[in-house]
Amino acid sequence: MKIHEYRAKELFRRQGIPVPDGFVVGTPEEAKERARELGGPVVIKAQVLVGGRGKAGGVKLARQHDEVRDKADQILGMEIKGLTVRRLLVTRAVDIAQEYYLGIVQDRAAQRATLMVSAAGGVDIEEVAAKTPEQIIKLRLDPVAGLSPHEARHVAFQVASGRIALRMADVLTRLWQAYADSDATLAEINPLVVTPTGEVWAVDGKMVLDDNALYRQSEIAGWRDPAEATPEEDEARLAGLSFVKLEGDVGCLVNGAGLAMATMDLVAHYGGQPANFLDIGGSSHPDKVVRALDIITRDRNVKAILFNIFGGITRCDDVARGIIEAKAKTGIHLPIVVRLVGTNEDEARRLLAETDLVAAESMDEAVQKAIALAKGAAA
Amino acid sequence: MSIFVDQATRLIVQGITGRDGGFHTEQMQAYGTRVVGGVTPGKGGQQACGVPVFDTVSEAVRATGANASVIFVPANVAADAILEAVAGGIRTVVCITEGIPVRDMNAVMPRVRAAGVRLIGPNCPGLISPGQCKVGILPGNIVRPGKVGLVSRSGTLTYEVVYHLTAAGLGQSTCIGIGGDPVIGTNFIDCLAAFQADPATAAVVMIGEIGGTDEEEAAAHIKEKVTLPVVAFIAGRTAPPGKRMGHAGAIIAGGSGTAADKIASLRAAGVPVAEIPSQIVPLLAAQYKP
Repeated sequence: MKIHEYRAKELFRRQGIPVPDGFVVGTPEEAKERARELGGPVVIKAQVLVGGRGKAGGVKLARQHDEVRDKADQILGMEIKGLTVRRLLVTRAVDIAQEYYLGIVQDRAAQRATLMVSAAGGVDIEEVAAKTPEQIIKLRLDPVAGLSPHEARHVAFQVASGRIALRMADVLTRLWQAYADSDATLAEINPLVVTPTGEVWAVDGKMVLDDNALYRQSEIAGWRDPAEATPEEDEARLAGLSFVKLEGDVGCLVNGAGLAMATMDLVAHYGGQPANFLDIGGSSHPDKVVRALDIITRDRNVKAILFNIFGGITRCDDVARGIIEAKAKTGIHLPIVVRLVGTNEDEARRLLAETDLVAAESMDEAVQKAIALAKGAAA
Repeated sequence: MSIFVDQATRLIVQGITGRDGGFHTEQMQAYGTRVVGGVTPGKGGQQACGVPVFDTVSEAVRATGANASVIFVPANVAADAILEAVAGGIRTVVCITEGIPVRDMNAVMPRVRAAGVRLIGPNCPGLISPGQCKVGILPGNIVRPGKVGLVSRSGTLTYEVVYHLTAAGLGQSTCIGIGGDPVIGTNFIDCLAAFQADPATAAVVMIGEIGGTDEEEAAAHIKEKVTLPVVAFIAGRTAPPGKRMGHAGAIIAGGSGTAADKIASLRAAGVPVAEIPSQIVPLLAAQYKP
């Protein structure tokens, strides 16, 4: 789960990392008022959960207070990578002498967190990593002990010196605390600004949290921004379904994530377009199927629905009954193709044959039938 | 022969008195797996599925001589269950549980490695050596004894491919689901090395998916060290970047982990990659005759 810059900065502040004062606002008037409270030049920043806000014009400096209102007005309502800006962070501007990148990220292959620090701060770190990887100092952290102060100093003194390096090392150990305490998989300060007078400030912050750990991060779990997912994706998540909306016309309802991806790929392989990824999980209980059908059919692009269920131990006749019951409950009229494999699959096919559901034996056959039906319905 | 589990496997079930634990214990017993006991703290002394229940893993090991364990406990206590199995002297731990936090698995892995324990999963369907032993939740009725080793990050997609193999008369030595999480105990390379060393395995099918770079690393390993024929399939060509596709580990992040990269790496290593699941059997049949 991603959280907004202002939330990440709140977590940083709680660990004692210096963060410039700021306020979250929703209107230009409020922005103007808060800027006056802050005094001096302010930066107005779009709060949307995507990178590249600056390049898109979502970050503006206002030197004079009479500029704040107009600049806030320009950013509010702006679309950045498909997301509408509804909130702004108005924050005190700081003078920049030097910018650093500080980041902690879960390293999948190493099965631990890795610390990354670079003197090439303030720019896209992925670009730095691709073009000049030697500018990034990396340190793999102990999975239990985390970042020790001496390690933080060791890294800081490779990119800075004197008091600045000591301050940076202090920020690094606090960033590790913020990362560990919130079950993050990414925590970034980019840039950490050093002012001409030698102060350090976390001017931008980004954090991504482990979805699997949200059960023990109740405060942060409440910070989920509904704009990160479609309403259907949110509803599916609450219903225990894994759902991702796509642009096609073949609605897919599959048990298991890998098979669900393979089913989408197969739809594309045979010249169709999948409307979604949906993993219904282990149980094919009628209630769950009803919820899934309801979510899928809300998408007006969907012209046919494809069930691909590899039952295994699950009894397919039970699954077939569930699908028949769910179809009756939802009252949908779209063509439905059902492919079931597992225990009692013959009985399942017999049950389906008594309905207007289309039975298929293989995944390839099911996908091709669903594509044909979707095209037929669209014609 | 087979890899990781066989007729010598003496299994305990952590979470045997739970709904899933109980159901799958009966399924494993029906398949012929030697389930020697179960563990549920506070229920020691009872019986479940016809075997004794113990309060702790170490008691269970002392009383039964168990050498393997399968874990069906909830995600918030599963990392500790793995550590308990390791501390209790279990050599092969299969963790079915989905949803363990990454931080917990980071902390578990060094202790698993230091003890030399084989951890499979978490968030996996387990493994089955047809005709010998099943540990986990894979359906026993779709496998047949044979010489194809199968390793996959998925559950039901694995069953789909096994189903094709069996229908084509291509039996299996061991089918193993390594799990859909970003931090797992056993990866593709571990399984490829074990299959290569197993005299009963003559060919390997590898099923990957988007996210991480495990398949790319496996491709390099195959090129250098695997002489068995290997055929691959990668799920998620149509997955959009930045979205988690069900599995916690199935996400294209920062431009890395795409199906296209994985397919290109495998092909560059000389591994035929099936475009669709039903092509796996013909690709395999072209390289290997049972």
